[in-house]
Amino acid sequence: MSERAQRLLELADDELIVGWRDSEWTGIAPTLEEDVAFSSIAQNEIGHARALYELAAAELGTGPDELAFDRRPDEYRCAPLVELHLLDWAHTIARRYLYEEADRVRIEALKSSDDAEVAGLAAKIDREEVYHRLHAELWAARLREEPRFRDAVAELWPYALGVLPPELRPELARRVGLEPASNSPLRAAERGSHTEQLRELWEEMTEVRRSAPGAQW
Amino acid sequence: MTAEQVWEALDEIPDPEIPVISLVELGVIRDVAVDGGRVRVELTPTFLGCPALEAMRSALTAKVEELGGEPEVRVITDDSWTTDRISPAGREKLREAGFAPPVPRAAGATTLVQLQSHVFRCPYCDSTETRLENIFGPTPCRSLRWCESCRQPFEQFKTI
Repeated sequence: MSERAQRLLELADDELIVGWRDSEWTGIAPTLEEDVAFSSIAQNEIGHARALYELAAAELGTGPDELAFDRRPDEYRCAPLVELHLLDWAHTIARRYLYEEADRVRIEALKSSDDAEVAGLAAKIDREEVYHRLHAELWAARLREEPRFRDAVAELWPYALGVLPPELRPELARRVGLEPASNSPLRAAERGSHTEQLRELWEEMTEVRRSAPGAQW
Repeated sequence: MTAEQVWEALDEIPDPEIPVISLVELGVIRDVAVDGGRVRVELTPTFLGCPALEAMRSALTAKVEELGGEPEVRVITDDSWTTDRISPAGREKLREAGFAPPVPRAAGATTLVQLQSHVFRCPYCDSTETRLENIFGPTPCRSLRWCESCRQPFEQFKTI
């Protein structure tokens, strides 16, 4: 698989899985407004995944649904941050905040890619992500002094670093105000290894599709 | 068949979610090229997660076939669609239907300060005394606001 296809799948898998996790709050968020917000964010993230899978699929000679649902769990390239099954609102908001900050750093880099298709799609995604960042920014400002939120950010920080390649991590640390070096012996939760929680998610996410292989819906 | 005739026909296709406005008025048709019987239409989606995209694609295909052309609808996923592409007539139709049209894009990305400023006009009473209720709404393209003057909620198109 080309370097380009690998990078596209990493990004697409992150967006699909984080969207799936965000959608778990539909119907059970602490307020009605957050129910709407998380559902809408999830829809956007999965829409981004679809567009990214389409670019990868054109190169790999397959389709976006096949890439999203027909691979084995160990073939996904998502970062462990997006896989975590978080049952607590403080952790959920900490992930939204850290994921959006990390995503902003890499989308910014992709917008200046030499590959016109990738740069164009990154710019399109960036326009939509502005609203996710505003949502995360509002929550981060509201909870900044809350010990539960601060602990959740500290706990998820190694996972957030694992979303980005090493060369982009200092930029993330600068934006979030946390230093990778000062937290030594902190180690990033690197892409490539998966949590048990991904397998559980995958079982549920692909259940209907696996129940009728090859069906046209 | 000329490109102009195709544009006129496409202007009859309503947006699948907000049928008061046509796909041409919404600005999602980026280009039309006619080559003999072949008609190539470039569609640029509003939001990538918009479920109306497939409905738009099939409506465009059907319309070109109705004209007797051989359609090729290409979905272009770059950043060529912005809310500034909605035509003045389209904006007015949105407002009449109770959807506040998007404010023009400013230089740089939208900020919280902008969302909390008094530039958002209530589509019912025209007041700018409105406040942000939710950045998100019933579809990806809309936010929820509340009008302090006529005391009603309304849907505000996001600027992108």
